[in-house]
Amino acid sequence: MNWYNTLIKDDRWKMYVNGIEETIIISLGAIAFGILLGVIVALIKYVNKKYDRFKIGAKVCDLYLTVFRGTPVYVQLLIMYLVVLVAFPTRTTAIVTFGINSGAYVAEIIRGGLESVDDGQLEAGASLGLTRTQVMLFIILPQGFRRALPALFNEFIALIKETSIVGTIGVVDITKVAERIIARTYEPFTPYLVTAIIYLVIVIVLTQLLKLLEKKLAKGDKNG
Amino acid sequence: MANTTQPLISVKNLHKKFGTLEVLKGVDLDVQAGDVIAVIGPSGCGKSTLLRCLNLLEMPTGGSILLEDAFVFKNERFILKAKMKAIPDKKSEEYLALKTEYECLKKEEKLIEKTVNKTINIHRQKIGMVFQQFNLFPHLTVLNNITLAPIKLKKCTKEEAEAKAMALLEKVGLADKANAYPSTLSGGQKQRIAIVRALAMEPDIMLFDEPTSALDPEMVGEVLKVMTELAKEGMTMVVVTHEMGFAKEVASRIIFMSDGVIKEENAPKEFFENPKDERLKEFLSKVL
Repeated sequence: MNWYNTLIKDDRWKMYVNGIEETIIISLGAIAFGILLGVIVALIKYVNKKYDRFKIGAKVCDLYLTVFRGTPVYVQLLIMYLVVLVAFPTRTTAIVTFGINSGAYVAEIIRGGLESVDDGQLEAGASLGLTRTQVMLFIILPQGFRRALPALFNEFIALIKETSIVGTIGVVDITKVAERIIARTYEPFTPYLVTAIIYLVIVIVLTQLLKLLEKKLAKGDKNG
Repeated sequence: MANTTQPLISVKNLHKKFGTLEVLKGVDLDVQAGDVIAVIGPSGCGKSTLLRCLNLLEMPTGGSILLEDAFVFKNERFILKAKMKAIPDKKSEEYLALKTEYECLKKEEKLIEKTVNKTINIHRQKIGMVFQQFNLFPHLTVLNNITLAPIKLKKCTKEEAEAKAMALLEKVGLADKANAYPSTLSGGQKQRIAIVRALAMEPDIMLFDEPTSALDPEMVGEVLKVMTELAKEGMTMVVVTHEMGFAKEVASRIIFMSDGVIKEENAPKEFFENPKDERLKEFLSKVL
Protein backbone atom coordinates (compact mmCIF):
# COMPACT_ATOMS: atom_id res chain seq x y z
CA MET A 1 0.00 0.00 0.00
CA ASN A 2 1.36 3.36 -0.93
CA TRP A 3 -0.94 6.17 0.14
CA TYR A 4 1.65 8.85 -0.50
CA ASN A 5 2.13 7.92 -4.14
CA THR A 6 -1.58 7.43 -4.68
CA LEU A 7 -2.93 10.61 -3.13
CA ILE A 8 -0.33 13.14 -2.12
CA LYS A 9 2.44 13.12 -4.71
CA ASP A 10 1.81 15.62 -7.54
CA ASP A 11 -1.53 16.49 -5.87
CA ARG A 12 -3.10 13.30 -7.22
CA TRP A 13 -6.05 13.63 -4.83
CA LYS A 14 -7.21 16.43 -7.10
CA MET A 15 -7.59 13.89 -9.88
CA TYR A 16 -9.95 11.95 -7.64
CA VAL A 17 -11.96 15.07 -6.90
CA ASN A 18 -12.37 15.69 -10.63
CA GLY A 19 -13.25 12.02 -11.12
CA ILE A 20 -15.93 12.18 -8.43
CA GLU A 21 -17.37 15.26 -10.09
CA GLU A 22 -17.45 13.48 -13.44
CA THR A 23 -19.08 10.34 -12.03
CA ILE A 24 -21.71 12.36 -10.20
CA ILE A 25 -22.54 14.57 -13.19
CA ILE A 26 -22.91 11.58 -15.49
CA SER A 27 -24.97 9.63 -12.95
CA LEU A 28 -27.33 12.51 -12.15
CA GLY A 29 -27.73 13.38 -15.81
CA ALA A 30 -28.46 9.77 -16.71
CA ILE A 31 -30.90 9.37 -13.79
CA ALA A 32 -32.83 12.50 -14.81
CA PHE A 33 -32.89 11.45 -18.45
CA GLY A 34 -33.85 7.90 -17.47
CA ILE A 35 -36.74 9.02 -15.28
CA LEU A 36 -38.12 11.30 -17.98
CA LEU A 37 -37.91 8.58 -20.61
CA GLY A 38 -39.06 5.84 -18.24
CA VAL A 39 -42.16 7.74 -17.07
CA ILE A 40 -43.20 8.50 -20.65
CA VAL A 41 -42.74 4.89 -21.77
CA ALA A 42 -44.50 3.54 -18.67
CA LEU A 43 -47.46 5.88 -19.19
CA ILE A 44 -47.80 4.94 -22.86
CA LYS A 45 -47.79 1.26 -22.01
CA TYR A 46 -50.21 1.73 -19.10
CA VAL A 47 -52.66 3.81 -21.11
CA ASN A 48 -52.42 1.28 -23.93
CA LYS A 49 -53.33 -1.50 -21.54
CA LYS A 50 -56.15 0.28 -19.71
CA TYR A 51 -57.73 2.34 -22.46
CA ASP A 52 -56.56 0.56 -25.59
CA ARG A 53 -54.93 3.66 -27.04
CA PHE A 54 -51.46 4.50 -28.43
CA LYS A 55 -51.20 1.12 -30.14
CA ILE A 56 -48.23 2.05 -32.32
CA GLY A 57 -46.58 3.97 -29.48
CA ALA A 58 -46.78 0.90 -27.26
CA LYS A 59 -45.20 -1.25 -29.98
CA VAL A 60 -42.33 1.23 -30.33
CA CYS A 61 -41.90 1.20 -26.54
CA ASP A 62 -41.75 -2.60 -26.52
CA LEU A 63 -39.08 -2.54 -29.19
CA TYR A 64 -37.07 0.00 -27.18
CA LEU A 65 -37.33 -2.11 -24.02
CA THR A 66 -36.31 -5.29 -25.82
CA VAL A 67 -33.28 -3.74 -27.51
CA PHE A 68 -31.91 -1.75 -24.58
CA ARG A 69 -32.52 -4.38 -21.93
CA GLY A 70 -31.32 -7.13 -24.22
CA THR A 71 -27.86 -5.78 -25.05
CA PRO A 72 -24.94 -4.92 -22.73
CA VAL A 73 -24.65 -1.28 -21.77
CA TYR A 74 -20.92 -1.52 -22.60
CA VAL A 75 -21.72 -2.37 -26.22
CA GLN A 76 -24.37 0.37 -26.31
CA LEU A 77 -21.78 2.86 -25.09
CA LEU A 78 -19.30 1.86 -27.79
CA ILE A 79 -21.90 2.06 -30.54
CA MET A 80 -23.05 5.48 -29.33
CA TYR A 81 -19.47 6.75 -29.08
CA LEU A 82 -18.21 5.36 -32.37
CA VAL A 83 -21.33 5.56 -34.56
CA VAL A 84 -24.35 7.50 -33.35
CA LEU A 85 -23.04 10.43 -31.30
CA VAL A 86 -19.60 10.86 -32.88
CA ALA A 87 -19.82 14.66 -32.97
CA PHE A 88 -20.74 15.08 -29.31
CA PRO A 89 -18.53 15.53 -26.23
CA THR A 90 -17.85 12.20 -24.51
CA ARG A 91 -19.62 13.31 -21.34
CA THR A 92 -22.82 13.94 -23.31
CA THR A 93 -22.46 10.56 -24.99
CA ALA A 94 -22.14 8.90 -21.60
CA ILE A 95 -25.17 10.69 -20.15
CA VAL A 96 -27.34 9.89 -23.16
CA THR A 97 -26.29 6.24 -23.31
CA PHE A 98 -26.80 5.57 -19.63
CA GLY A 99 -30.01 7.62 -19.67
CA ILE A 100 -31.51 5.59 -22.49
CA ASN A 101 -30.34 2.33 -20.97
CA SER A 102 -31.60 3.17 -17.49
CA GLY A 103 -34.86 4.53 -18.95
CA ALA A 104 -35.73 1.04 -20.14
CA TYR A 105 -35.42 -0.37 -16.63
CA VAL A 106 -37.12 2.63 -15.04
CA ALA A 107 -40.02 2.24 -17.49
CA GLU A 108 -40.71 -1.32 -16.39
CA ILE A 109 -40.33 -0.44 -12.72
CA ILE A 110 -42.80 2.46 -12.98
CA ARG A 111 -45.22 0.48 -15.11
CA GLY A 112 -45.24 -2.14 -12.36
CA GLY A 113 -45.99 0.61 -9.85
CA LEU A 114 -48.81 2.05 -11.97
CA GLU A 115 -50.39 -1.35 -12.54
CA SER A 116 -50.35 -2.09 -8.84
CA VAL A 117 -52.78 0.81 -8.29
CA ASP A 118 -56.29 -0.54 -7.90
CA ASP A 119 -58.63 -0.10 -10.88
CA GLY A 120 -61.15 1.39 -8.46
CA GLN A 121 -58.97 4.49 -8.40
CA LEU A 122 -59.39 4.91 -12.16
CA GLU A 123 -63.13 4.45 -11.80
CA ALA A 124 -63.45 6.83 -8.88
CA GLY A 125 -61.58 9.48 -10.83
CA ALA A 126 -63.66 8.93 -13.93
CA SER A 127 -66.93 8.96 -11.97
CA LEU A 128 -66.09 12.44 -10.67
CA GLY A 129 -65.84 13.67 -14.25
CA LEU A 130 -62.06 14.04 -14.34
CA THR A 131 -60.48 13.56 -17.75
CA ARG A 132 -58.18 10.63 -18.37
CA THR A 133 -55.16 12.93 -18.32
CA GLN A 134 -56.22 14.36 -14.96
CA VAL A 135 -56.82 10.89 -13.54
CA MET A 136 -53.33 9.84 -14.67
CA LEU A 137 -51.62 12.97 -13.42
CA PHE A 138 -53.28 13.48 -10.06
CA ILE A 139 -54.39 9.99 -9.01
CA ILE A 140 -52.53 7.12 -10.70
CA LEU A 141 -49.05 8.57 -11.24
CA PRO A 142 -48.46 9.83 -7.67
CA GLN A 143 -49.52 6.48 -6.20
CA GLY A 144 -47.73 4.33 -8.77
CA PHE A 145 -44.55 6.38 -8.53
CA ARG A 146 -44.46 6.08 -4.78
CA ARG A 147 -44.87 2.33 -4.93
CA ALA A 148 -42.07 2.11 -7.48
CA LEU A 149 -39.63 4.11 -5.33
CA PRO A 150 -37.73 1.29 -3.58
CA ALA A 151 -37.10 -0.50 -6.88
CA LEU A 152 -36.21 2.82 -8.53
CA PHE A 153 -33.58 3.53 -5.86
CA ASN A 154 -32.08 0.13 -6.54
CA GLU A 155 -31.84 1.01 -10.20
CA PHE A 156 -30.12 4.34 -9.46
CA ILE A 157 -27.53 2.67 -7.25
CA ALA A 158 -26.80 0.10 -9.95
CA LEU A 159 -26.54 2.90 -12.51
CA ILE A 160 -23.91 4.82 -10.54
CA LYS A 161 -21.70 1.75 -10.37
CA GLU A 162 -22.28 0.90 -14.04
CA THR A 163 -20.87 4.29 -15.05
CA SER A 164 -17.44 2.94 -14.08
CA ILE A 165 -17.04 1.80 -17.72
CA VAL A 166 -17.15 5.32 -19.19
CA GLY A 167 -13.34 5.40 -19.11
CA THR A 168 -13.54 3.30 -22.28
CA ILE A 169 -14.71 6.32 -24.26
CA GLY A 170 -12.24 8.66 -22.62
CA VAL A 171 -14.27 10.15 -19.79
CA VAL A 172 -12.08 10.48 -16.70
CA ASP A 173 -14.33 9.23 -13.91
CA ILE A 174 -13.29 7.73 -10.55
CA THR A 175 -12.30 4.42 -12.09
CA LYS A 176 -10.31 5.99 -14.92
CA VAL A 177 -8.46 8.15 -12.40
CA ALA A 178 -7.22 5.00 -10.66
CA GLU A 179 -5.98 3.59 -13.96
CA ARG A 180 -4.06 6.78 -14.69
CA ILE A 181 -2.42 6.83 -11.30
CA ILE A 182 -1.46 3.16 -11.66
CA ALA A 183 0.19 4.00 -14.98
CA ARG A 184 2.54 6.23 -13.01
CA THR A 185 3.07 4.23 -9.82
CA TYR A 186 2.87 0.63 -11.12
CA GLU A 187 1.02 -0.23 -7.95
CA PRO A 188 -2.64 -1.19 -8.50
CA PHE A 189 -3.95 -1.96 -5.03
CA THR A 190 -4.18 1.44 -3.33
CA PRO A 191 -5.67 3.43 -6.24
CA TYR A 192 -8.39 0.84 -6.83
CA LEU A 193 -9.04 0.62 -3.09
CA VAL A 194 -9.55 4.39 -2.99
CA THR A 195 -11.88 4.15 -5.97
CA ALA A 196 -13.90 1.39 -4.34
CA ILE A 197 -14.19 3.36 -1.09
CA ILE A 198 -15.42 6.42 -2.97
CA TYR A 199 -18.17 4.42 -4.73
CA LEU A 200 -19.14 2.90 -1.41
CA VAL A 201 -19.40 6.28 0.28
CA ILE A 202 -21.48 7.73 -2.57
CA VAL A 203 -23.87 4.79 -2.46
CA ILE A 204 -24.18 4.90 1.35
CA VAL A 205 -24.90 8.63 1.34
CA LEU A 206 -27.44 8.21 -1.47
CA THR A 207 -29.14 5.31 0.30
CA GLN A 208 -29.59 7.40 3.42
CA LEU A 209 -30.99 10.31 1.43
CA LEU A 210 -33.42 8.07 -0.39
CA LYS A 211 -34.54 6.45 2.86
CA LEU A 212 -35.41 9.89 4.18
CA LEU A 213 -37.33 10.69 1.01
CA GLU A 214 -39.20 7.41 1.17
CA LYS A 215 -40.21 8.05 4.77
CA LYS A 216 -41.42 11.50 3.87
CA LEU A 217 -43.58 10.13 1.10
CA ALA A 218 -44.87 7.15 3.04
CA LYS A 219 -47.88 9.00 4.46
CA GLY A 220 -51.23 7.54 3.50
CA ASP A 221 -49.73 4.75 1.45
CA LYS A 222 -52.40 2.23 2.19
CA ASN A 223 -55.55 1.38 0.40
CA GLY A 224 -58.29 3.98 0.73
CA MET B 1 -84.00 21.64 -15.22
CA ALA B 2 -85.97 18.58 -16.11
CA ASN B 3 -89.62 18.70 -15.15
CA THR B 4 -91.31 15.73 -13.56
CA THR B 5 -92.65 14.27 -16.77
CA GLN B 6 -89.29 14.24 -18.46
CA PRO B 7 -87.02 11.66 -16.89
CA LEU B 8 -83.57 12.62 -15.67
CA ILE B 9 -82.20 9.37 -16.97
CA SER B 10 -84.00 7.18 -19.41
CA VAL B 11 -82.70 3.71 -20.21
CA LYS B 12 -84.14 1.74 -23.10
CA ASN B 13 -83.56 -1.88 -23.98
CA LEU B 14 -80.09 -1.88 -22.48
CA HIS B 15 -77.83 -4.83 -23.24
CA LYS B 16 -74.38 -5.60 -21.92
CA LYS B 17 -72.20 -8.53 -22.81
CA PHE B 18 -68.86 -9.46 -21.30
CA GLY B 19 -67.43 -11.67 -24.02
CA THR B 20 -70.11 -14.28 -24.51
CA LEU B 21 -71.69 -13.71 -21.12
CA GLU B 22 -74.83 -11.62 -21.45
CA VAL B 23 -75.28 -9.71 -18.19
CA LEU B 24 -78.00 -7.26 -19.18
CA LYS B 25 -80.66 -8.58 -21.50
CA GLY B 26 -82.81 -5.59 -22.23
CA VAL B 27 -83.38 -3.25 -19.31
CA ASP B 28 -85.82 -0.33 -19.42
CA LEU B 29 -85.71 2.23 -16.65
CA ASP B 30 -86.81 5.82 -16.19
CA VAL B 31 -85.41 7.84 -13.31
CA GLN B 32 -87.40 10.99 -12.53
CA ALA B 33 -85.91 13.90 -10.63
CA GLY B 34 -86.42 13.24 -6.93
CA ASP B 35 -86.77 9.48 -7.31
CA VAL B 36 -85.06 7.22 -4.83
CA ILE B 37 -84.81 3.88 -6.54
CA ALA B 38 -83.57 0.80 -4.74
CA VAL B 39 -82.29 -2.00 -6.95
CA ILE B 40 -82.26 -5.42 -5.38
CA GLY B 41 -81.68 -8.91 -6.67
CA PRO B 42 -79.48 -11.97 -6.35
CA SER B 43 -75.73 -11.80 -6.95
CA GLY B 44 -74.72 -11.74 -10.59
CA CYS B 45 -78.11 -10.54 -11.80
CA GLY B 46 -76.59 -7.42 -13.36
CA LYS B 47 -77.63 -4.74 -10.89
CA SER B 48 -74.12 -3.36 -10.43
CA THR B 49 -73.51 -3.56 -14.17
CA LEU B 50 -76.70 -1.58 -14.80
CA LEU B 51 -75.55 1.09 -12.37
CA ARG B 52 -72.09 1.25 -13.89
CA CYS B 53 -73.60 1.58 -17.36
CA LEU B 54 -75.54 4.66 -16.24
CA ASN B 55 -72.36 6.74 -15.99
CA LEU B 56 -70.62 4.75 -18.71
CA LEU B 57 -67.96 3.24 -16.47
CA GLU B 58 -69.10 0.16 -18.34
CA MET B 59 -69.88 0.64 -22.02
CA PRO B 60 -73.17 -1.06 -22.86
CA THR B 61 -73.27 -3.26 -25.95
CA GLY B 62 -76.73 -2.25 -27.05
CA GLY B 63 -79.75 -0.09 -26.32
CA SER B 64 -79.77 3.59 -25.38
CA ILE B 65 -79.30 5.88 -22.42
CA LEU B 66 -80.61 9.43 -22.32
CA LEU B 67 -79.42 11.90 -19.74
CA GLU B 68 -81.69 14.94 -19.50
CA ASP B 69 -83.06 14.11 -22.94
CA ALA B 70 -79.67 13.89 -24.66
CA PHE B 71 -78.24 10.61 -25.82
CA VAL B 72 -75.16 9.56 -23.89
CA PHE B 73 -75.30 6.13 -25.46
CA LYS B 74 -77.15 4.79 -28.45
CA ASN B 75 -76.71 1.49 -30.20
CA GLU B 76 -79.93 0.17 -31.63
CA ARG B 77 -78.40 -1.19 -34.79
CA PHE B 78 -77.52 -4.44 -33.09
CA ILE B 79 -81.21 -5.41 -33.27
CA LEU B 80 -81.18 -4.94 -37.03
CA LYS B 81 -77.98 -6.90 -37.24
CA ALA B 82 -79.59 -9.84 -35.45
CA LYS B 83 -82.55 -9.63 -37.84
CA MET B 84 -80.21 -9.57 -40.81
CA LYS B 85 -78.43 -12.64 -39.54
CA ALA B 86 -81.71 -14.50 -39.34
CA ILE B 87 -82.40 -14.01 -43.04
CA PRO B 88 -80.66 -16.79 -44.98
CA ASP B 89 -81.00 -15.18 -48.42
CA LYS B 90 -78.50 -12.31 -48.51
CA LYS B 91 -79.96 -11.02 -51.77
CA SER B 92 -83.61 -10.83 -50.82
CA GLU B 93 -85.32 -7.46 -50.86
CA GLU B 94 -86.07 -7.74 -47.19
CA TYR B 95 -82.39 -8.19 -46.40
CA LEU B 96 -81.28 -5.31 -48.57
CA ALA B 97 -83.87 -2.99 -47.05
CA LEU B 98 -82.64 -3.94 -43.60
CA LYS B 99 -79.09 -3.35 -44.67
CA THR B 100 -79.82 0.17 -45.91
CA GLU B 101 -81.59 0.92 -42.65
CA TYR B 102 -78.66 -0.55 -40.73
CA GLU B 103 -76.06 1.56 -42.52
CA CYS B 104 -78.12 4.68 -41.96
CA LEU B 105 -78.53 3.97 -38.26
CA LYS B 106 -74.86 3.13 -37.94
CA LYS B 107 -73.90 6.50 -39.32
CA GLU B 108 -76.16 8.30 -36.86
CA GLU B 109 -75.02 6.25 -33.89
CA LYS B 110 -71.34 6.59 -34.72
CA LEU B 111 -71.83 10.33 -34.73
CA ILE B 112 -73.43 10.19 -31.27
CA GLU B 113 -70.56 8.02 -30.06
CA LYS B 114 -68.04 10.54 -31.31
CA THR B 115 -69.74 13.47 -29.57
CA VAL B 116 -70.22 11.52 -26.37
CA ASN B 117 -66.56 10.54 -26.27
CA LYS B 118 -65.74 14.21 -26.09
CA THR B 119 -68.40 15.09 -23.54
CA ILE B 120 -68.34 11.98 -21.38
CA ASN B 121 -66.60 13.79 -18.53
CA ILE B 122 -69.29 16.46 -18.47
CA HIS B 123 -71.99 13.79 -18.22
CA ARG B 124 -70.15 12.12 -15.38
CA GLN B 125 -69.88 15.40 -13.50
CA LYS B 126 -73.67 15.35 -13.27
CA ILE B 127 -73.70 11.81 -11.92
CA GLY B 128 -72.13 11.11 -8.53
CA MET B 129 -71.09 7.58 -7.73
CA VAL B 130 -70.34 5.79 -4.48
CA PHE B 131 -68.55 2.45 -4.63
CA GLN B 132 -68.68 -0.63 -2.47
CA GLN B 133 -64.91 -0.39 -1.88
CA PHE B 134 -65.01 3.40 -1.19
CA ASN B 135 -62.10 4.07 -3.60
CA LEU B 136 -60.87 7.11 -1.74
CA PHE B 137 -57.55 8.43 -2.99
CA PRO B 138 -55.06 7.13 -0.39
CA HIS B 139 -52.33 9.64 -1.21
CA LEU B 140 -54.54 12.65 -0.48
CA THR B 141 -55.99 13.99 2.73
CA VAL B 142 -59.74 13.80 3.24
CA LEU B 143 -60.09 17.47 2.32
CA ASN B 144 -58.03 17.05 -0.86
CA ASN B 145 -59.99 13.95 -1.77
CA ILE B 146 -63.13 16.06 -1.75
CA THR B 147 -61.78 19.19 -3.42
CA LEU B 148 -59.61 17.56 -6.11
CA ALA B 149 -62.31 17.24 -8.76
CA PRO B 150 -64.12 20.58 -8.17
CA ILE B 151 -60.82 22.47 -8.30
CA LYS B 152 -59.27 20.63 -11.25
CA LEU B 153 -62.49 20.88 -13.23
CA LYS B 154 -62.64 24.58 -12.39
CA LYS B 155 -66.10 24.41 -10.93
CA CYS B 156 -64.95 26.80 -8.22
CA THR B 157 -61.87 28.33 -6.60
CA LYS B 158 -59.80 26.50 -4.01
CA GLU B 159 -61.28 28.59 -1.19
CA GLU B 160 -64.86 27.97 -2.29
CA ALA B 161 -64.22 24.26 -2.74
CA GLU B 162 -62.69 23.98 0.72
CA ALA B 163 -65.48 25.94 2.36
CA LYS B 164 -68.02 23.70 0.67
CA ALA B 165 -66.13 20.56 1.59
CA MET B 166 -65.97 21.63 5.23
CA ALA B 167 -69.71 22.34 5.26
CA LEU B 168 -70.43 18.90 3.83
CA LEU B 169 -68.02 17.24 6.25
CA GLU B 170 -69.76 19.04 9.09
CA LYS B 171 -73.04 17.60 7.88
CA VAL B 172 -71.80 14.01 7.98
CA GLY B 173 -70.03 14.63 11.29
CA LEU B 174 -66.46 14.28 10.05
CA ALA B 175 -65.19 17.85 10.04
CA ASP B 176 -62.40 16.89 12.46
CA LYS B 177 -61.02 14.40 9.91
CA ALA B 178 -60.40 16.97 7.17
CA ASN B 179 -56.63 16.66 7.36
CA ALA B 180 -56.46 12.93 8.05
CA TYR B 181 -55.41 10.39 5.44
CA PRO B 182 -57.98 7.76 4.42
CA SER B 183 -55.89 4.88 5.81
CA THR B 184 -56.53 6.18 9.33
CA LEU B 185 -60.33 6.06 8.98
CA SER B 186 -62.87 3.32 9.64
CA GLY B 187 -64.94 1.84 6.83
CA GLY B 188 -68.02 3.80 7.77
CA GLN B 189 -66.04 7.04 7.89
CA LYS B 190 -64.45 6.29 4.52
CA GLN B 191 -67.82 5.69 2.93
CA ARG B 192 -69.26 8.91 4.35
CA ILE B 193 -66.24 10.75 2.93
CA ALA B 194 -66.81 9.04 -0.42
CA ILE B 195 -70.41 10.29 -0.39
CA VAL B 196 -69.23 13.82 0.40
CA ARG B 197 -66.63 13.60 -2.37
CA ALA B 198 -69.35 12.77 -4.90
CA LEU B 199 -71.68 15.48 -3.51
CA ALA B 200 -68.98 18.14 -3.80
CA MET B 201 -69.43 18.00 -7.58
CA GLU B 202 -73.10 18.97 -7.06
CA PRO B 203 -74.45 16.10 -9.14
CA ASP B 204 -78.05 15.87 -10.34
CA ILE B 205 -78.18 12.23 -9.42
CA MET B 206 -76.29 9.91 -7.09
CA LEU B 207 -75.55 6.26 -7.79
CA PHE B 208 -74.74 3.93 -4.91
CA ASP B 209 -73.18 0.56 -5.69
CA GLU B 210 -73.74 -1.59 -2.59
CA PRO B 211 -72.44 1.18 -0.36
CA THR B 212 -72.72 -0.80 2.87
CA SER B 213 -71.68 -4.28 1.71
CA ALA B 214 -68.01 -3.88 2.66
CA LEU B 215 -68.75 -2.45 6.10
CA ASP B 216 -68.77 -3.89 9.59
CA PRO B 217 -72.38 -4.34 10.72
CA GLU B 218 -71.87 -1.62 13.33
CA MET B 219 -70.99 0.94 10.67
CA VAL B 220 -73.83 0.27 8.26
CA GLY B 221 -76.16 2.52 10.26
CA GLU B 222 -74.06 5.69 10.04
CA VAL B 223 -73.80 5.40 6.25
CA LEU B 224 -77.50 4.64 5.78
CA LYS B 225 -78.32 7.64 7.96
CA VAL B 226 -76.40 9.94 5.64
CA MET B 227 -78.14 8.40 2.64
CA THR B 228 -81.55 8.75 4.25
CA GLU B 229 -80.93 12.43 4.93
CA LEU B 230 -79.82 12.89 1.36
CA ALA B 231 -83.01 11.27 0.10
CA LYS B 232 -85.10 13.52 2.34
CA GLU B 233 -83.40 16.58 0.86
CA GLY B 234 -84.73 15.52 -2.52
CA MET B 235 -81.59 14.07 -4.10
CA THR B 236 -82.29 11.72 -6.97
CA MET B 237 -80.75 8.40 -6.08
CA VAL B 238 -80.31 4.92 -7.53
CA VAL B 239 -79.13 2.51 -4.86
CA VAL B 240 -78.04 -1.06 -5.44
CA THR B 241 -78.39 -2.60 -2.02
CA HIS B 242 -79.02 -5.65 0.11
CA GLU B 243 -80.42 -3.51 2.94
CA MET B 244 -84.11 -4.37 2.72
CA GLY B 245 -84.96 -2.06 5.62
CA PHE B 246 -83.47 0.90 3.81
CA ALA B 247 -85.25 -0.03 0.59
CA LYS B 248 -88.56 -0.34 2.39
CA GLU B 249 -88.35 2.92 4.29
CA VAL B 250 -86.45 5.30 2.06
CA ALA B 251 -86.98 4.23 -1.53
CA SER B 252 -89.82 5.63 -3.58
CA ARG B 253 -89.60 2.70 -5.95
CA ILE B 254 -88.00 -0.71 -5.76
CA ILE B 255 -86.70 -2.69 -8.68
CA PHE B 256 -86.08 -6.39 -8.59
CA MET B 257 -83.56 -7.68 -11.10
CA SER B 258 -82.85 -11.25 -11.99
CA ASP B 259 -81.08 -12.85 -14.95
CA GLY B 260 -80.27 -9.53 -16.54
CA VAL B 261 -83.79 -8.12 -16.70
CA ILE B 262 -86.08 -6.14 -14.42
CA LYS B 263 -88.56 -8.68 -13.12
CA GLU B 264 -90.65 -6.39 -10.98
CA GLU B 265 -90.90 -2.70 -10.24
CA ASN B 266 -93.18 -1.25 -7.61
CA ALA B 267 -93.69 1.08 -4.67
CA PRO B 268 -92.11 -0.36 -1.50
CA LYS B 269 -95.34 -1.32 0.26
CA GLU B 270 -96.79 -3.16 -2.69
CA PHE B 271 -93.40 -4.62 -3.54
CA PHE B 272 -92.90 -6.32 -0.20
CA GLU B 273 -96.51 -7.14 0.67
CA ASN B 274 -97.76 -8.27 -2.67
CA PRO B 275 -94.95 -9.50 -4.91
CA LYS B 276 -96.13 -10.96 -8.18
CA ASP B 277 -93.04 -12.41 -9.81
CA GLU B 278 -92.23 -15.97 -8.75
CA ARG B 279 -88.48 -15.36 -8.56
CA LEU B 280 -89.08 -12.30 -6.39
CA LYS B 281 -91.31 -14.28 -4.01
CA GLU B 282 -88.55 -16.83 -3.66
CA PHE B 283 -85.93 -14.10 -3.14
CA LEU B 284 -87.98 -12.29 -0.52
CA SER B 285 -88.72 -15.50 1.36
CA LYS B 286 -84.97 -15.96 1.74
CA VAL B 287 -83.92 -12.46 2.71
CA LEU B 288 -86.78 -11.32 4.91
